[in-house]
Amino acid sequence: MNGPHDLGGQMGFGPVAPEKDEPYFHAEWEKRALGVTLTAGAMGAWNIDESRHARESLHPADYYASSYYEIWIKALETLLKRHNFVTANDLAAGDAVDPSAMPKRVLKAENVPAVLAKGGPCDRPVEGSARFAVGQRVRARNFHPTGHTRLPRYARGKEGVIDAVRDGFVFPDSNAPGQGENPQRVYTVVFSGGELWGAGADPTLTVSIDAWESYLEPA
Amino acid sequence: MAARVRALETILTKKGLIDPAAIDVIVDTYETKVGPRNGARVVAKAWSDPQFADWLKRDATAAIASLGYTGRQGEHMQAVFNTDETYNLVVCTLCSCYPWSVLGLPPVWYKAPPYRSRAVIDPRGVLAEFGVTLADDRKVRVWDSTAELRYLVVPQRPTGTDGWSEEKLADLVTRDSMIGTGLAREVA
Repeated sequence: MNGPHDLGGQMGFGPVAPEKDEPYFHAEWEKRALGVTLTAGAMGAWNIDESRHARESLHPADYYASSYYEIWIKALETLLKRHNFVTANDLAAGDAVDPSAMPKRVLKAENVPAVLAKGGPCDRPVEGSARFAVGQRVRARNFHPTGHTRLPRYARGKEGVIDAVRDGFVFPDSNAPGQGENPQRVYTVVFSGGELWGAGADPTLTVSIDAWESYLEPA
Repeated sequence: MAARVRALETILTKKGLIDPAAIDVIVDTYETKVGPRNGARVVAKAWSDPQFADWLKRDATAAIASLGYTGRQGEHMQAVFNTDETYNLVVCTLCSCYPWSVLGLPPVWYKAPPYRSRAVIDPRGVLAEFGVTLADDRKVRVWDSTAELRYLVVPQRPTGTDGWSEEKLADLVTRDSMIGTGLAREVA
């Protein structure tokens, strides 16, 4: 979707303002927000693509007014309601008042180190040969799906060169709405600054994206 | 927001959906165990050991795992090396993708709109805000982490460090130098 998250090339947000000796957390609640998000995700009711889509589906005014952990918590409430773990009544009461769906699993403290160390690899075998080869010119498709996609707007319709052919990976566009992993090969595609940003672009700049095969067509 | 998060944790705990002690372990992991010191050791080894550097170039996931750094948001790694010709910068314009296994949790600015919007269109302007100025003819390569590959920048080794141990070299490797928004510390 053309949501508030798709930020590449947008203007008006001001300077980056890096913080000196930045702490990992700026408030106690941020620690709990990280942990609640990860432990709730570990129930296995949704995948990372669905959670990303929930975050980018926040109203743009809400998205831009929220810190990243705030975005996580707002999206988490949506996911928990969608999957019947939490109801509006629960949230209004700030307490467990309604029954919950059964989770596939509950992450126990003693299993956390192993689960974090294992991660969640999302490479998958794909059949057939790669459609594109290193050095080949390709064009990122110009499309505007209303659902989840990982092709940023600034690259759509733009011509680039295949820089690397990667493994097959779970396809976010179908995985987010629960329509299956449908793995595709991923390619690193490099674009010149001029192709992306036109006149006045930094002549020394190249930008690469990692694109699933169906995002690309021969140029 | 503090009350809202506390309420959510209470609801989920009472329903038996989460274990609050698991949250403590997660927080402790990313506060005290998994952080940019991991990445600094990877870079220092690459500086010291050409065979390791070659392995890191070809198969970063395996090379990094050989040092014991694996797991969440580091499942599929790619190392990109700065050279005299090319300077690398990593961003995630769409969300906050970041190589947790080697750098830990991302800083606030990495996840916020100013960096995510400008890194791909005005990287030199962004770098100036970090105090980094590149030669006019240096190529700038920006890696937008739009899929599940996570990028680690290997900064250039500072001069005057011949014969240094990996431990000592690792002290020169800052978090920002592995994102591309900084350089390794110079030796006085």
